[in-house]
Amino acid sequence: MPDIHLTVNGVSREGRCEPRKLLVDFLRENLELTGTHVGCEHGICGACTVLVNGEAARSCLMLAVQADGAEITTVEGLMRDGKLHPLQEAFREHHALQCGFCTPGMLLTALDLLRTNPSPSEDEVREGISAVLCRCTGYHGIVKAVLSAAAPRSI
Amino acid sequence: MKPPKFDYHAPVTLDEAIALLTRYGGDAKLLAGGQSLMPLLNFRLARPAALIDLNRIKSLSYIREHDGQVRFGAMTRQRAIEFSPVVARRLPLLREATRWVGHLPIRSRGTIGGSIAHADPSAEYPAVLTALEGEVVARGPKGERTLPPRALFETYLTTTLAPDEILTEVRLPAMPDGAGWAFEEFARRQGDFAIVGVAAAVWRASGRPAVRLATAGAGGTPRRLRESEEIVEGDGLTDTAIEAAARRASELVEPDSDIHASADYRRHLAGVLTERALKRARDSARA
Repeated sequence: MPDIHLTVNGVSREGRCEPRKLLVDFLRENLELTGTHVGCEHGICGACTVLVNGEAARSCLMLAVQADGAEITTVEGLMRDGKLHPLQEAFREHHALQCGFCTPGMLLTALDLLRTNPSPSEDEVREGISAVLCRCTGYHGIVKAVLSAAAPRSI
Repeated sequence: MKPPKFDYHAPVTLDEAIALLTRYGGDAKLLAGGQSLMPLLNFRLARPAALIDLNRIKSLSYIREHDGQVRFGAMTRQRAIEFSPVVARRLPLLREATRWVGHLPIRSRGTIGGSIAHADPSAEYPAVLTALEGEVVARGPKGERTLPPRALFETYLTTTLAPDEILTEVRLPAMPDGAGWAFEEFARRQGDFAIVGVAAAVWRASGRPAVRLATAGAGGTPRRLRESEEIVEGDGLTDTAIEAAARRASELVEPDSDIHASADYRRHLAGVLTERALKRARDSARA
């Protein structure tokens, strides 16, 4: 079984698994980082979205061996010095979660959206978060939260 | 579910990858961005003896201008294409089509070569390749060959690539300065595969309009709409000519019915989207 060395949330980690192990299962089972959720396992629901070298990607559509040498950010890596990330604060403020299952994927997808487009329109936010399914139908709050965490739009 | 067992290889050179493909004699699958193959593995709809992962082959990832073309290494990510200044300047149609490919997290991994070699007829890149008269380079143990899209796409999810060949490069002619473009698509949800999509580009060549049109999702392969192009090239970019070209488009396509839409509905969409795409392409053209 191959050894995998990677950086997760700024910490150097390693593990060993079969080549067929998905990155999301490696994170959850080998590294015990269960914040990243497994949903559909075919890239539709977005619950497993993490940052791979700074870019949002489905961790159910990557093998753990492919992440050897990569830098991964999961929802556990968003807090700084015991304080929620501003995007997490915005989610709390705007009631952007109900059951919370999609929330880790929503947060990392929204983070990538705001890095590539710091002042998105409401339509752009809706398009961006369409990469993740929320079955509580809580999109309205999520859109408000992402917009409030974005840089102000210049008119 | 989880993927079945397979041998895993991650070669760092193309030659190694071709040698591995040859060794497995058709029982191996190439893993590019994984956005289509990984779901098939997770559902165990694909059970290859081996996966040959192309992601460690650095030489397959580039965007280069060359002799009036833009050349893409097969492993160039859709995300890199979306944000490439060269693509924005030379191939704005490809840039617009890229925004229709899945979602940003899908485009972070998905590749241009993977999308084309997978040959899903409702995918955007095969339609752009067809509209712009691009070509692909395939390499195997016996050397390299270049194929235009009509020689590449056979039918649903099927190309003429040999089991020991790798699609290594995609070449698209740069669009002329001032060209107009539009990629119109209808899907049930943002990020889904197209039910039907239409790629359009227009520019002036020797004082007359030049038109490029191709569909996605209206048949087993992307379809170039040459007869619709000719109507507009002959009569000019008037509303009347565009509407006639759109009617012809719905006759030219040969769609099938499936769970997503009937053949008749797809024909209708091909016409509607051709009209929208041509009008928007015309309006975005300069001079």
